[in-house]
Amino acid sequence: METIISTKPLLAVLVSLIATILIAITGERARNLRETWTILAAVTKFGIVISMLPDILNGKVIEYTLLKITPELILQFKVDALGIFFAITASFLWIITSFYSIGYMRGLKEHAQTRYFAYFAIALSATMGVAFSANIFTAFLFYEIITVSTFPLVAHKETEEAKRGARKYLTYLLGTSVAFQLTAIVITYNISGNLNFSYKGVFGGNVSHLIITITFLLYIAGITKAAIMPLHSWLPAAMVAPTPVSALLHAVAVVKTGVFMVIRVVLHIFGIDLLKNLDLGTILAVIASFTIISASVIALRQDNLKLRLAYSTVSQLSYIVLGVALLTPSGITGSVMHIVAHAFGKITLFFTAGAIYIATHKTKISELDGIGRQMPFTMGAFTVGALSMIGIPPFSGFISKWYLSLGALEAGDIFVLAVLATSTILNACYFMPIVYVAFMKEPKPDPHHHGYNSTAIHEAPVFAVAPLVLTAIGTVLIFFYPSFFLEIIKIIVANVTGGN
Amino acid sequence: MNISDHSSILIIVIPLIASIINIFISLFKRSLCYSFFLLILGICVILSIDILSNVINSGTIRYKLGGWMPPWGIEYVVDHLNAYIIAIVSTMSLIIAVYSKESIKQEVPEPKLPYFYSTYLLLTTGLLGIAITGDIFNLYVFLEIASLAGYALIAIGEKRSVLASFNYIIMGTIGACFYLLGVGYIYIMTGSLNITDLSLLLPNLYESKVMLAALAFLVVGVAIKIALFPLHRWLPDSYTFAPSAVSAFASATMTKVGIYVLIRVSFTLFEPRFFTEITPLSSILVWWAIVAIFFGSIIALAQTDFKRTLSYILIAEVGYMVFGVSLGNKQGFIGAVLHILNDAVMIACLFMIAGGLMYRVGSRNLENFLGLNKSMPITMAAFTIAALSMIGIPPTAGFFSKWYLILGAIEAEQWIGAIALLFSSLVNAIIFFKLLEKIYFAKKDNIPKHKFPELPFSMLAPIVILALSILVIGASTGKIISKVIQFTVPGGF
Repeated sequence: METIISTKPLLAVLVSLIATILIAITGERARNLRETWTILAAVTKFGIVISMLPDILNGKVIEYTLLKITPELILQFKVDALGIFFAITASFLWIITSFYSIGYMRGLKEHAQTRYFAYFAIALSATMGVAFSANIFTAFLFYEIITVSTFPLVAHKETEEAKRGARKYLTYLLGTSVAFQLTAIVITYNISGNLNFSYKGVFGGNVSHLIITITFLLYIAGITKAAIMPLHSWLPAAMVAPTPVSALLHAVAVVKTGVFMVIRVVLHIFGIDLLKNLDLGTILAVIASFTIISASVIALRQDNLKLRLAYSTVSQLSYIVLGVALLTPSGITGSVMHIVAHAFGKITLFFTAGAIYIATHKTKISELDGIGRQMPFTMGAFTVGALSMIGIPPFSGFISKWYLSLGALEAGDIFVLAVLATSTILNACYFMPIVYVAFMKEPKPDPHHHGYNSTAIHEAPVFAVAPLVLTAIGTVLIFFYPSFFLEIIKIIVANVTGGN
Repeated sequence: MNISDHSSILIIVIPLIASIINIFISLFKRSLCYSFFLLILGICVILSIDILSNVINSGTIRYKLGGWMPPWGIEYVVDHLNAYIIAIVSTMSLIIAVYSKESIKQEVPEPKLPYFYSTYLLLTTGLLGIAITGDIFNLYVFLEIASLAGYALIAIGEKRSVLASFNYIIMGTIGACFYLLGVGYIYIMTGSLNITDLSLLLPNLYESKVMLAALAFLVVGVAIKIALFPLHRWLPDSYTFAPSAVSAFASATMTKVGIYVLIRVSFTLFEPRFFTEITPLSSILVWWAIVAIFFGSIIALAQTDFKRTLSYILIAEVGYMVFGVSLGNKQGFIGAVLHILNDAVMIACLFMIAGGLMYRVGSRNLENFLGLNKSMPITMAAFTIAALSMIGIPPTAGFFSKWYLILGAIEAEQWIGAIALLFSSLVNAIIFFKLLEKIYFAKKDNIPKHKFPELPFSMLAPIVILALSILVIGASTGKIISKVIQFTVPGGF
């Protein structure tokens, strides 16, 4: 495989770090200039990422070694198909979220906006860092930076509740990564002497099965960002953050970093063959299935819209874990595809939750009666997002579910198929009632606004509505033009299965 | 004659003589004392860099004092480990000396300042002497110089520091006596005090019970000096009530030099196999250190006084280093030696910040961190870096030493030790993120209305320099290991 040495991956990481400095310097005095930096950084970042795509599609990889700290701990970037797939998704959605953030933060006249935009940019830098890591050490480093830099975003409101949520967030993410993930990395190095992601895994043939199993479980427990049960409860707690944070970070960047790392570890640390031999894929599949079903059941009982979305995220993330745990080509395809499919769908849903909050200050599902008449664009997009989550054509969620089901058949696993089917029904159960009450029910008289005509159109500001319409359109486009993504996935699958 | 040939003796003699001259200068012009004090420490730093580069370029330096041939005369032997420790001690002493200018003004009446500077120079002399000598009795002498200077410096702190210092004197003297007894036994059996000479003579005596007794006395003596749990009782009070600059200097250097003595006794004086195979000392120390790590971390969690919290963290960190040294493998040893540097920088930085808090707010209570980012943004940014390093988050320096320590623990299949290290990281995470939350996310109405100004430049600069060096050291870990630390690993590991 041809390797290109280029600074592009480093630049993709640095762009938003530079933006952070500019944002901090500009500050509250020149708000428009400050937001310009964010937008500029987002667009540039996406441009850099996209410019690497042609080489990747030609089967090349792009490498850049930043720093050899010690002979084995090397800060190195390597852009492969899997990395660029994740980077494209995250950096594209950052552009849209940036506009939405401006609408949201200004619409609600939030405090500490400079801090908000600055840390947001750092988090995105670190996300690119994880996507482009050449070894598990670099990935771990950026993983921790994401945790630390998103802490201020979760605690943004500075209320007791926000701080409690942020504390839980930090305890789960930092605690497990130090306790379990780091241990797993050290054991990996101790056994194999190699921390680089490689297509066949890093472990040789003659390693004790017990140690491999323990290491594997340590990794899964240590990558808490994937919100696999029972270590998921930081995600609902993080919903105290402002909605754009929940949208991009807790539906795309942070949690997808988690599942991305799981995919990396499964495919590039352990390798398909080793996991098949030890039957560890099945263990992971069972844990993921359990998470899918129980998170969906819990979601049913939530009245707070963002909490329901959060539990839905927990459930959907495990689709991705489940897909890769099948260890078959179609399973991996479905798994990776679901990264982008879920990203577009879920970000739309979070955007709508935020838009509703800006326009009406409502957070509960029981208050949403008839809101579709007031906010037709928003609730229209919500419907699209919900249908995509359920997996109905013509929306992106269908594509990934299709491949996941194929993967289950390939693996000969009827159990997984049943899980997918059950979860689809549960998804419909917790999303469709919202759509129903929003459009069909008569609006309740609003106690706060007497004499206020609640059937007139009253949308959130255009900065908030346009992004969610765009992402909703995105879910449709992905359904009709999935080949852009499937091309990349083909290379990912070929790399790990050896070309067939 | 090249002056560089004599730098290993000059680095001891210059601060020693300067500490006396300083008093005379004060009789004429007191304001000159501080500049003189800085000048001397600056010279020490230059000499230490010279020594370090000599060692790196041309290997071990042997300097015969007064031209007497060893083993009769005193010999100074400087290999990579000595040079490394000397560089750490002299650099830290200079940085903290800069810091002390402002901080000490609130703690010591102005007429007494020259005595403070002299005692500080004596402490530096003692510590450098321990690190440079190749003679176990001479080492005892320097140990006592350093300790006596340390007792005096601690006693000039707050009211309660006198009692704390008294406790320290008792414990420290017992430790020194134990060490001297160990030296005595060895001298009786061999008639030699030179470490190089002894390392050739001792292997014939390994079967002797006297050697066992000697080793036990030496190790327990050192364990008291480095405050290895449960011999730590003197440390928290002393470091809490001492003047800020003294706490920073003592925490950064005294325990570290003690670890150095432990390494010398265990691996140069005796052969590694005596330490690991013939006696069970290495496994005793490993378990001892694990208990220290757990204990230090748990107690640190319960403190409300910032300096006391740091003291207990230091006790856990001492456990780290003893653990790494005693594992008996290369990775663990590298981790421990690397941690000597990292911990010196981190803990000194944090103690200096604690001093800054005293200086501005007038209290050490953790509650006083509330909303401090508004008043002291730069100090608090430095605090954040040091805190992340204490937790062990890459790319800060603290991560890398922890990495090698854990790697060593796993290689030795010492799982409980690995758990202890991770446990203490988590406890540090709790302690420091609680503080970070107080600093950055305090509720508006809880923040004291009065805004404090940022620290004066001479206090701020050392803090910032140390915080930045945490990042620089972290990034150059590989260089430090390949240039210096890998040569300190005892043969047979």
